[in-house]
Amino acid sequence: MQPEPEHDSAQSGPSGHLLSQLVAHLREHRTRLQEEWSQRIQQAHLLTAMTPQEMAAETTSVYDNYVEVLETGNVEALQHYAKDLSERIIPRGVETHEVVGIVLLLRDVLARSLFEKYQRDFSMLNEVLDAYEPAANRIANTVAVSFVDERERVIRQQQDAIRELSTPVLPVRERLLILPIIGVLDSERARQLTEQLLSGIRKHRAKVVVIDITGSPDVDESVANHLVQTVDASRLMGASVIITGLSPKIAQTLVTIGVDLSKMNTIGDLQGGLEEAERLLGYTVTRKEVSTSS
Amino acid sequence: MNGGPALVSIMRQGSTLIASVHTALNDSELVRFEHDLVDQIGEHRSRGVIIDVAALDVIDSFAALTLRRIAEMARLRGAQTVLVGIQPEVAFTMVRLGMGTGAVPTALDLEEGLALLAEQGSHHPRPDDPEA
Repeated sequence: MQPEPEHDSAQSGPSGHLLSQLVAHLREHRTRLQEEWSQRIQQAHLLTAMTPQEMAAETTSVYDNYVEVLETGNVEALQHYAKDLSERIIPRGVETHEVVGIVLLLRDVLARSLFEKYQRDFSMLNEVLDAYEPAANRIANTVAVSFVDERERVIRQQQDAIRELSTPVLPVRERLLILPIIGVLDSERARQLTEQLLSGIRKHRAKVVVIDITGSPDVDESVANHLVQTVDASRLMGASVIITGLSPKIAQTLVTIGVDLSKMNTIGDLQGGLEEAERLLGYTVTRKEVSTSS
Repeated sequence: MNGGPALVSIMRQGSTLIASVHTALNDSELVRFEHDLVDQIGEHRSRGVIIDVAALDVIDSFAALTLRRIAEMARLRGAQTVLVGIQPEVAFTMVRLGMGTGAVPTALDLEEGLALLAEQGSHHPRPDDPEA
């Protein structure tokens, strides 16, 4: 294992000694510096989504974490904290520029306090800044990266959710699935539909599937072809497909592209489709007479 | 053509033959399978054949053609064939490439295939079949 030079410099050597001196200074003037930092945040109109109490709590913990990382040079704890913080503030609508902004403000506030402390000894100030700047920049970097990572994770999660919701496969009765399609069916959605339908057939051991496209105004030629192929593929898996709610326009498209529709079982509306599906599966639905005893 | 261990196990269950394909078959192995299966239909006087392809993640055009041929030959020898266990991806690929199963009925899995055969067989019971 190679020793990490940055860790070393934080622990020992001349700059290590300077850093511990620096940390002691920052701890000593914690209240004043934190106050100054909060004011700068407010002046810059950052974190407006948070209440003053929340801001006080967050700035305190960010400050303490910041100083701790300066002292130990251990970024992992900070990464963990930044991830945690991002999880809390992203749903509140905090933007990337705000997070980066407040960390940079803190960096500047602390740097200013160092100027003030060492203003009479210029070479000392230089050395202190040499020790301080790389560590501070690393912290700013870490926080920004953690925040962006977290945002991207949230976005990915939401994309997955939307993808799943856009083509729901719903079991209605034993061995009967419904696929309601709402909105325009583009080729990407059509592909998902096929995927979800075929795996749904296997998962639910479906024998009959009703695809209802009442909510879909139009399909293009490739999607129509894809739909026909999906019906055929379902048949290969032992399930028969009933398509309901074909709009006049889609009916026209299907006829125009000249696919063999003789094997396509289509029924006017979802109600009719369900009745046909029940017939195929051997269900008989009877309405129970409601006794109205007075 | 007859060398090596069988890559497809053919089992008899009453008047039905169940052929499970365990691994991808090359063309000569497919031909051998076709041969074995059609032979056994006559031997056991089977009325139904189930070919389980659940283990296959590719079915090429020759395999699809062979399966159709087997079904047709089986029909000529008095047995109804059902193809079961086609994987979702395989099903869609087959359709995309324009190779359906023709007139061969398909079912989800072995259980469904047996149910389908029972349903169709009940219309034409064999006089000496104890189960009918």
